[in-house]
Amino acid sequence: MAEFEPGSLPDLLPLYYRRVFPFGPFGRWLRYGDVSKNYFQRREFSFTLHDDIYVRYQSFNTPQELEKEIQKTCPYKIDIGAVYSHRPIQHNTVHMGAFHAQEKELVFDIDMTDYDDVRRCCSSAEICSKCWTLMTIAIRIIDRALVEDFGIKHRLWVYSGRRGVHCWVCDDFVRKWSTTLRSAAVEYLTLVKGGEETIKKVTLADSIHPFVRESLNVVEEYFEEYALVGQDILGNKDSYDKVLALVPETVRETLQKEFCKKRDSVQRWELLKNKTEKLNKVRWEIMLQYCFPRLDINVSKGINHLLKSPFSVHPKTGRISVPIDLRKLDDFDPFAVPTISQLCCELDKTGNDQGEEEQKDGVPESPRRNRGYKKTSLAPYVKVFEQFLEEMDKSQKREHPKANDIQMDF
Amino acid sequence: MQFSGRRKLLRLAGDRRGEVYPHSLQFYLQPPTENISLAEFENFAVDRLKLLKVVENLGVSYVKNSPNYVQKLEAELRKLKFPYRALIEDDYDARRKDHISHFILRLAYCQSEDLRRWFIQQEMDLFRYRFHQLNDQLVGKFLEYVNLAYDAIDATEKTSITDKLVNSTPGFIDKKVGEMVFYKVPFCDAVDLVRVRRVYFHGGYAYVPHQDIISIVLNNYRTQLSKALALTARSLPIVQADERLQPLLSHLSHAYVGPDYNVQKNTGKISLEQIDALSVKSFPLCMRQLHKSLRDNHHLRHGGRMQYGLFLKGIGLTLEQALQFWKSEFIKGKIDADKFDKGYAYSIRHNYGKEGKRTDYTPFSCMKIILSNPPGQGDYHGCPFRHSDPELLKQKLQAYKIPSAGISQILDLVKGVHYQLACQKYFELTHNVDDIGWSLNHPNQYFIESQQLLSGIKEIKKEQRQPENSQPKQSSQKSINTAATATTTTTTTTCSSLNTMEEMELEGLDDCFTED
Ligand code: SF4
Ligand SMILES: [Zn+2]
Repeated sequence: MAEFEPGSLPDLLPLYYRRVFPFGPFGRWLRYGDVSKNYFQRREFSFTLHDDIYVRYQSFNTPQELEKEIQKTCPYKIDIGAVYSHRPIQHNTVHMGAFHAQEKELVFDIDMTDYDDVRRCCSSAEICSKCWTLMTIAIRIIDRALVEDFGIKHRLWVYSGRRGVHCWVCDDFVRKWSTTLRSAAVEYLTLVKGGEETIKKVTLADSIHPFVRESLNVVEEYFEEYALVGQDILGNKDSYDKVLALVPETVRETLQKEFCKKRDSVQRWELLKNKTEKLNKVRWEIMLQYCFPRLDINVSKGINHLLKSPFSVHPKTGRISVPIDLRKLDDFDPFAVPTISQLCCELDKTGNDQGEEEQKDGVPESPRRNRGYKKTSLAPYVKVFEQFLEEMDKSQKREHPKANDIQMDF
Repeated sequence: MQFSGRRKLLRLAGDRRGEVYPHSLQFYLQPPTENISLAEFENFAVDRLKLLKVVENLGVSYVKNSPNYVQKLEAELRKLKFPYRALIEDDYDARRKDHISHFILRLAYCQSEDLRRWFIQQEMDLFRYRFHQLNDQLVGKFLEYVNLAYDAIDATEKTSITDKLVNSTPGFIDKKVGEMVFYKVPFCDAVDLVRVRRVYFHGGYAYVPHQDIISIVLNNYRTQLSKALALTARSLPIVQADERLQPLLSHLSHAYVGPDYNVQKNTGKISLEQIDALSVKSFPLCMRQLHKSLRDNHHLRHGGRMQYGLFLKGIGLTLEQALQFWKSEFIKGKIDADKFDKGYAYSIRHNYGKEGKRTDYTPFSCMKIILSNPPGQGDYHGCPFRHSDPELLKQKLQAYKIPSAGISQILDLVKGVHYQLACQKYFELTHNVDDIGWSLNHPNQYFIESQQLLSGIKEIKKEQRQPENSQPKQSSQKSINTAATATTTTTTTTCSSLNTMEEMELEGLDDCFTED
């Protein structure tokens, strides 16, 4: 299999954007059935070109135009921004103050670097299969709350291509949320608080709110295998002292004395459990501090904040930012996600004549529609994306039956 | 509102007067339309300012809505002739005064984020007090009146989720829940409850117990008020063109919040080499911490760059110095010069109003640092008195050689959530003064006071200072004028909509992207 090498991006990107990138479903997504006037046209796209050149405030009349531009400039990274009051491309000609971000998906960014104080296997941008469990836990906790507590339907979870995951919440009513509402939602979903100057980052109230209860249920499923066995958080003095700093002084001393007599994390946790029998909260707080999702509020709060687009390539790893199938969440393996070199290689193998074949049965107005991904290992991920779109279509049909008829041309 | 030179009495017939203000409290949705004299305008404004100041002080000294608080506030309302009881029959004059004076202060307090923050805070507290004075029947009527009447959930639904309802609100007991009324309020109307996760949420609805409906009302009130302030700010240039009002308004707004520390006489008088020493001698703890972590890590995340960058601007760093300062530090770390110029330089120029909307951003006040954008993983910003573990704070203070008696005093203040007082104590201890005699509300104020004290020019300063803590004088025309000449820098923020919009604008290029 082709090993990815950042230097090869300029050669691979043209092929990827011409043959593989799923522009069809992608355009269908961002048109949202043309809910309101020029919805797609007022959307900001931003491209990162070679040498970190950012081009912000790009906008396009149609998904086809976007496709052409991307194929022409071959950006290293594509970001999606807000839907503005005016076409972003004209942002300089609009009177100051009038140009503003109106709508956007509610987005979440969960980044493994934010867990550095509780991971022992890796640090900063590195991830491994051990710590990836943190992302699985995060997705389960957040996704449950979005659906059950907030009444949200359409969530697209995406692997970022390197060290984290993104979530795009796409329901019509949520895209209209104010900054205040977005940040309130993030605060609702936050239990781990404090920066570098805080030791104890989770403090629970006496009554355990249903959201906390549900989250604990998820953490409990993973805790032993992930934290005690995998991360070995009570493995040696250094690491168990960090945990002991979170328990009340009354039990701390006894535990400190007895911990050294125990063999491993599992045994030590057993001991801690016994000593805190009447102090459930203490254990729960530790479990949450080590496992509960850490959201970056600034990404979610700002309507004008940009986030890397699904199916964009991660320029450092070459991995495609792919949708995650929640039904198989526990099996998702970030290291199995195809890289751009792998995809291009697969294309080569299936032969070069695919392009012409597609033209024969292609839709007349878009003869060169990218369908190449079907022949590659990107296919199952695009499928997940299409299922997500179908669900949205269904809701849309229910809510705006007429508008949808005209929009079925994809 | 029209202002006439003469007092024009507008009298409505008794029953119509009741219609204008059917309730003792209002959302202030309609601006007054009558003509009022300049003298009345002034009186109303000054009285309301007095009232809000009392609200602020009482809020610091007493538990809000405790008997003492209620009693003191009622006395003040009565003295200043504002509505103080819900049920008084002919309360037209008081309600009119309440209405008009609120709108006048909006004009004065819409101009900057700090002013809006202060005004909204006090008005909210005042509203909360008044709402608590209503009996159930009046509450019901008022909710109808402002369109906030929600459906209560039925008994079957209640039984099926009793345990969830009990666990959602601290201090609930099962039995009580059976007797209580719960309303189903859409998610977006319950922002404050979402934020603190105070009630049960399901399927996009908040299940709000009757006792918490006040939070929905306040939520709604605040949203409307901050929107209205943003709109007022936009139309402000027209009002300011009226030379009778401009001086009065700017006097009003400067009376309590104090200067914004944006415009500095000493711009360019500090050299980059001095900063390390100054950070030890004259920086408040929050800035000292940021400076140290910048030196240690050669990096600061967005929140830290904003808080520290604007502070440095406030103490007099020029744009060129700022660029040099940040760059020289960042390139010692992981960022190379090229990346710095492309990513970070933009946001620094932005802070100085040289990019984007070209708004000149003002350094953050303590209130802002303490209340908004708390630090997360990897962050060093915020207020150490608020955002550090008391244990770490203690160690830090010990390392800074604060005597242990002083440390426990500080920690006590922190425990009582008096963060700014704790910081003041820290100032006193590090500057060897018993009582500084001013109240701290801005990191840049801390810096200036410290510098003046250390260089021995404190005495002169004392006389020049704005009367931020004194009671407002009944403003004679003369005093208005002098105040106005002293404060001709009226902040003209291009306020596009809410505060939050402005905050978002602050984000530079690098901050709109996520590294992943
Ligand atoms: S009280 Fe104000 S000046 Fe003092 S540390 Fe906190 S934010 Fe800084
Ligand atoms: Zn790992």
